[in-house]
Amino acid sequence: MPFEQILQYIFSGITNGSIYAIVAIGFNIIYNTTGIINFAQGEFLMLGGMTAISLSAFMPLPVAILASVVITSFVGALIDFIFIRRLKKPTVLNMVIITIGLSILIRDIALHVWDEKVRSLPYFTGSEVTSINILGAYISPQVLWVLGVSGIIVALLGVFFRVTVTGRSMRACASNMTAARLCGINTRNMVTISFMLSAAIGALAGCVVSPITQTQYDCGTSLAIKGFTVAILGGLGNSTGAVIGGIVIGLLEAFSISIMPLAYKDAIAIAVLLLILFVRPSGLFGKKEAAGLKEF
Amino acid sequence: MNAKKYIPVAVLVGCIVLFQVASSLIGREFYLTQLTMAAYYSLVILGLTVLMGYTGQISLGHAAFFAIGGYTSAVLTTLDLSGAAGNPVVKAVAAAGLAAVSKDAYGAETLVLSPWAALVAAVVITAIVAFLIGIPILKLKGHYLAMATLGFGIIVYRIVLGASLFGEADGISDLPPFPIPGGLAVCGDPARRVENFYIAAVLVVAGVVLLINLVDSRVGRALRSIHGSEEAANAMGVDIARYKLLVFVLSAVFACVAGVFLTHFNGGIRPSEAETMKSVSYVAIVAVGGMANLWGALVMGVVLNYLSLRGYFGSYDEFVFGSILIGIMMFAPEGLLRMESLRGLAGLPARIKSMFGAKNEE
Amino acid sequence: MSLKKLLTLIVCMAVMAIAVSCKKQNKETVKIGAIFAVTGGASFLGAPEAKTVQMLQDEINAAGGIDGKNIEVIIKDSAGKPENAISFAKQLIDENKVFAIIGPSTSGESMKIKSICDDAKVILVSCAAAESIVNPISKYVFKTPQKDSDAAQMILNLMKKKGITKIGVVSSNDGFGAEGKKQLEKLAPGAGVQILISEVYDKKATDLTGVLTKIKAKNVQAVVNWSIVPAQSIIAKNMKQLNMNVPLFQSHGFGNIKYVKEAGEAAEGIIFPCGRLLIVDELADSHPQKQVLAKYKKDYEGKYAEDASTFGGHAYDALMILVEAMKRGGSDKEKTRDALENLKGFAGTGGVFNYSPADHTGLDINGFELLTVRGGKFVKYEDK
Repeated sequence: MPFEQILQYIFSGITNGSIYAIVAIGFNIIYNTTGIINFAQGEFLMLGGMTAISLSAFMPLPVAILASVVITSFVGALIDFIFIRRLKKPTVLNMVIITIGLSILIRDIALHVWDEKVRSLPYFTGSEVTSINILGAYISPQVLWVLGVSGIIVALLGVFFRVTVTGRSMRACASNMTAARLCGINTRNMVTISFMLSAAIGALAGCVVSPITQTQYDCGTSLAIKGFTVAILGGLGNSTGAVIGGIVIGLLEAFSISIMPLAYKDAIAIAVLLLILFVRPSGLFGKKEAAGLKEF
Repeated sequence: MNAKKYIPVAVLVGCIVLFQVASSLIGREFYLTQLTMAAYYSLVILGLTVLMGYTGQISLGHAAFFAIGGYTSAVLTTLDLSGAAGNPVVKAVAAAGLAAVSKDAYGAETLVLSPWAALVAAVVITAIVAFLIGIPILKLKGHYLAMATLGFGIIVYRIVLGASLFGEADGISDLPPFPIPGGLAVCGDPARRVENFYIAAVLVVAGVVLLINLVDSRVGRALRSIHGSEEAANAMGVDIARYKLLVFVLSAVFACVAGVFLTHFNGGIRPSEAETMKSVSYVAIVAVGGMANLWGALVMGVVLNYLSLRGYFGSYDEFVFGSILIGIMMFAPEGLLRMESLRGLAGLPARIKSMFGAKNEE
Repeated sequence: MSLKKLLTLIVCMAVMAIAVSCKKQNKETVKIGAIFAVTGGASFLGAPEAKTVQMLQDEINAAGGIDGKNIEVIIKDSAGKPENAISFAKQLIDENKVFAIIGPSTSGESMKIKSICDDAKVILVSCAAAESIVNPISKYVFKTPQKDSDAAQMILNLMKKKGITKIGVVSSNDGFGAEGKKQLEKLAPGAGVQILISEVYDKKATDLTGVLTKIKAKNVQAVVNWSIVPAQSIIAKNMKQLNMNVPLFQSHGFGNIKYVKEAGEAAEGIIFPCGRLLIVDELADSHPQKQVLAKYKKDYEGKYAEDASTFGGHAYDALMILVEAMKRGGSDKEKTRDALENLKGFAGTGGVFNYSPADHTGLDINGFELLTVRGGKFVKYEDK
């Protein structure tokens, strides 16, 4: 395969991969603080994109995106207030069913609010036909935005969790909820913040990827599934693992196109997921005990 | 007493007959068709109830087993073997009386496998797949188990959607009727609506009886002990892995049989039967009916599927399912048709009030 | 608060549903059933179809109905799911006792209810395109969209004229895409065109740069995309972003201006066959379809404030053809069926229909016009 073609596949792979990684990181944030896997994570991306598109009709693009991130994070908080806080002793099954139910609900509400049409944000720079030549591979400038924004999100989150008090409190909750509470951390609020944060980064990712992939009321579902795969591949709760896992899956999918019929591309991620679950559920970087710790 | 547990079954049979007679009398025999379809879906749900309720294993991919059953039967009863008539395997099959002559869409004669042979093949294949998949999957717990079953469901969906053997996006149509001794047949012919209704009903009743016996037997007690506490069950010498696998395969077979018969009733099958949303709706109904409550699951299965098929929820179909899922999990985690839950629902206004009271205290 | 609202909402919906279902028992009208995918994945087909039919129902009734009887179109939303289509078909036939059924929107659904309608001797005028709906012919089953094979043939004819011999084909993994792929592969050799690579993508695909990279490497002279999903816009954009400058052909599924808007500049120059609705302004007044098309476009856009599409047009044709046949056949199903089967010269949105006992499609390649995109608008394709 000529070098340009390989590079082209690589770009395609890491673009998709970084979006998967952001979704996975969203899962991880909530999972770390609560032990819940939020099946509605994909819907945050969809909501972020849709809201920004609607808002961009009467405000400049950057403002619309910012507003949509804020609004979506409120939706995250709302979900926590209405549904999650009320649960007393949830079993895994309860949580799975509730978040699936939420995902269905949000999708259907989105369908009725925005109808089934496909929309997208305008390209941040350039247009539908702009193409940048990098060492023989051609990409849209939006790809650079996706990679850039994803990188910044990961970096900022890293700083947040390491340096700020809130971030460190959330990490404390992740380690041991009871101990954190004993230290005076308001764990209930940490849970809400984790939902808001997940929703916010999901919304931002949804906005930056919207020009390329377009946004539709049901675009969240397949993203969520790929996101899980990446999260588990990297080790549930491990965000660095999520980034690496995302890139791995993205590249696997991209290169699979060159050797097999495109029709099976989506099955690749699932096959990897099953393989990981059967062989090493803690993922590439998770600790074995961690897999057992977060049980109800 | 042994016979007492069959009283609900007798009631069920009574209701079935009553319904059929009533609908014939008011000229709405048409209801029977949708009820028949709902009944087959309920068969899947019954199997799933035992799996989820008694062994506590979530399966978010059960529609896959329905699809495996349906597609296997569809392929085997429409795949024209006459081109390979010289092949020794084909000859042996034909000699054993397992083949049948059928017509394809254009009216030409084809040689296919007889529906009964296809049914056996479907069950065997499903059982094998469930067995092989079950071994690694059942070692997982909690979210990982949910994800693995979800993944399995998606892979089956992708396969039936992508392979030309399975008709890709259009699925398989024009299935021959499934003959039952006595001149009956499972098919979509409106004239045979009543007999199809009873066939479905018989299958459901048989399924219920089978499961009641299972739950009350040694096996059933072992299962309930697993659900209660795996460590305790293990300590008592219960071979957990074996029982979980057994129930998993059994519930898969239930789904498979439902798939085979419903496919013949509808005259065809499409990839949408293997979709994740279908698996989720099965799980939802089990949860609503009460995790380990066979009757709850059956009633809810029939009612909700029937309403959905009649378009009662209109374009809000998904919204209703989503709301049901959330509502039940939040207010009646034991399922809707449980005594505790019913009492709980009666106290709902008070509980909502106290929720807001609690909120103010924070 | 929100929870109470949620519960109240559910109760209200239930009450509404009951109220709505009570309304249906009107006996003074002729009932026609309609199954459309108003919501769900095929809603870009079903939504305009349902709107068209509702608009026409009011129009027909205002003009006195059929022989003085009002028509009542009972629309069922199948959400694109065949199980629902089957269930609704049976319901419409047995319970509502409809005279005929129009729709469904998709080929998959139509195939599943084909035998139901035929067995029940109820006329079905499908708005879906698959050839297998009318081949083999069922006595009571007709369709209004043009043939996929004609669309493919039109594209191939142009390629032959332009000297294009090596192409790449991408199609979606639904029935429409599969049918188009089949037709292209079947008819290409006859036009001297070689398909170097043919790939199928998931109808929900959001990024096609991977498969286009594969196609670009084969140095094709043109790309044909066959689908009705938003991927039609994505592929145009991806091609330009990958710096692929070969012509892009699309199927008649591209016939909705929103795909052009979505693809923006990348849509310029796309060539596709389509019904004449989209370029009605360019038609000469003497064209047999001009009046029908102009009126439909004006009425639809006036009433619903959205662009008319060829998909809604299929429903227009279905209902109007059915009504025309009913006018000739009276309230007798058999006579109406015969009238429909022998209908000739009927100007609809899809073309001029000529049905016959051997042809339940009614349209041939002349139902299509080659269109292209210039300046963000659909125009007739002119060979330079």
